[in-house]
Amino acid sequence: MYIIVTLKQVADPDISPNLFKIDPSGKKVVPPQGVAPIMNGYDANALEAALKLKEAHGGTVTVISFGPAAARDTLKRAIAMGADSAVLVDDPVVENADSWASASALARAIQKIGNYDLIMSGRQASDTDAGQTPFGIAELLGLPAVGPIGKIDVTGDKQVRVQRLNEDGYQVVDVQLPAVLVVSSEIGEPRYPPLRGIMAAGRAQIPVWSSADLPVIASAGGQQIQPKLTLRRLYQEARETTCEIVQGETPQDVGRALADKLREAKLI
Amino acid sequence: MAGNGVLVVAETTVGANGSATVSPVTFELLGIGKKLAASSGGKLSVVLVGSGVKAQAGELAARGADPVYVADAPELGNYVAETYVPVVVAAVEQADPAIVLLAHTLTGRELGPRVAFRLGSGLVTDVTNLAIENGALVMTKPVYGGNALAEYVANDTDAIQIATVRPRVFEPAEGSGAAQAKVVDVAIPAEVGSAKAKVVETVRAATEGPRLKDAKVIVSGGRGVGGPDNWHYVDELAQALGGAVGASRAVTDAGWVPSTLQVGLTGTTVTPDLYIAVGISGAVQHLAGMTGSRNIVAINRDADANIFKHARYGAVGDYKQILPAFTDRIKELRK
Repeated sequence: MYIIVTLKQVADPDISPNLFKIDPSGKKVVPPQGVAPIMNGYDANALEAALKLKEAHGGTVTVISFGPAAARDTLKRAIAMGADSAVLVDDPVVENADSWASASALARAIQKIGNYDLIMSGRQASDTDAGQTPFGIAELLGLPAVGPIGKIDVTGDKQVRVQRLNEDGYQVVDVQLPAVLVVSSEIGEPRYPPLRGIMAAGRAQIPVWSSADLPVIASAGGQQIQPKLTLRRLYQEARETTCEIVQGETPQDVGRALADKLREAKLI
Repeated sequence: MAGNGVLVVAETTVGANGSATVSPVTFELLGIGKKLAASSGGKLSVVLVGSGVKAQAGELAARGADPVYVADAPELGNYVAETYVPVVVAAVEQADPAIVLLAHTLTGRELGPRVAFRLGSGLVTDVTNLAIENGALVMTKPVYGGNALAEYVANDTDAIQIATVRPRVFEPAEGSGAAQAKVVDVAIPAEVGSAKAKVVETVRAATEGPRLKDAKVIVSGGRGVGGPDNWHYVDELAQALGGAVGASRAVTDAGWVPSTLQVGLTGTTVTPDLYIAVGISGAVQHLAGMTGSRNIVAINRDADANIFKHARYGAVGDYKQILPAFTDRIKELRK
């Protein structure tokens, strides 16, 4: 199985909300002191799923990221986890990239890599929460895409059977390859890289491509990657809630008092 | 903007008996669509795709859609992106709108991007506000897990502006019953029927009680509940209130309950009258799924938990000691 996994490096979303600050320009977030960016959570799930498929069925896993030079760290971590090779697509447009720019860059880079059975990606990035890129890649490359996925089984030479999650449970979907699979966290926890992996990643050579290096795909526009949208403003809404903490001598008193309070407020 | 007016892509649900009905979120799309069409001087139309759906056209017309574009064929019975994308794109070409709106549901999250990329348009997903300013559509969505809001505008104002809209944010269009609809049949492209992804089976998770997204009362458990063996505390409280059970992502990722119970940015967004959070710290992506609740009550052993900044009432302490008395008192009061 030749698998390509797209990874995004993002600001760590697990910081306390108190540390979240927007730059006075209103265009970007101030990176919190001493908190390193990480591999986007859902992408780590996608990589884990790809590594498991490689372990079960043989083949290779190539990881690719569209991002600034610092995204090399995420690609190295992927190699440490078990990916065979990595590519970074870095271009000035990264600063103002939207989903269109990301998907175009990645689709064209995938076209350049050439051989693949599966393209795998997390369902959304924890900074933009857009969730478009994997479907955009599929559309630009003319491939089927299915997501969000909780389970993948290989059922034939060019076929996989997946569980596509929905509000009521899931659908079982048969997909002909090559295809894009959009992965959710239900697929399983990503592994920690073993020490020997970390050392191999340290030595890994990662080529860097810019838009000039990428083949043109007619549906994705010309040689230069262009975003379709501009971020006009980033802001926070002030929230005013005062929480009334119910008191009592014992936890049981508190429980009872809380129920009485809700009844008084006509909520129950 | 080039093109004229707003085209809404109707969301349908296929019931257990196999017949399709228009989902309520479609009326919300028509509501905001009507406002946008009015302020840009264009028509409000809708495209309805499915099998056996033509009968619903009147209901959509009653809510202000004119015309109703319909693609009704057996091979469109089960939603699959590959078959729906060319049909929706054909409808867009026929309708020539300035703006296309879809619902930000599991269908919309997939259909939206594929349609936008096929049309060469940008897309903003999960919008909670839409407004026309100086002839441009300003699209606002929550980002950073809900920590912030972002406003986007298209770089090319002549391109079709496309957005997927968060459910239960906008007021539904008024109207009831069925009106005489101008129905336009959408030509179904030949490539439909050769899908490379086929639905083999649909499996429903076994859950009791009301459905999460429609529930007026929700009791939700988080990592603080401690483990699946303790989940009965959450179930019992939900039962006492006649409410639905929800869960944080930490809990569903850990497999304590089915992921269909997840409330959050990538789970279900809920808007109950009463949301009781048990052992939930209040991570931003969870809040993103429930801050639309009218009243939030939090029970957590940590007085500094973020959830208390968003709750109206709270109790600090060990839920295992608080909840039984709370649940019992509720049963007494509701007798």
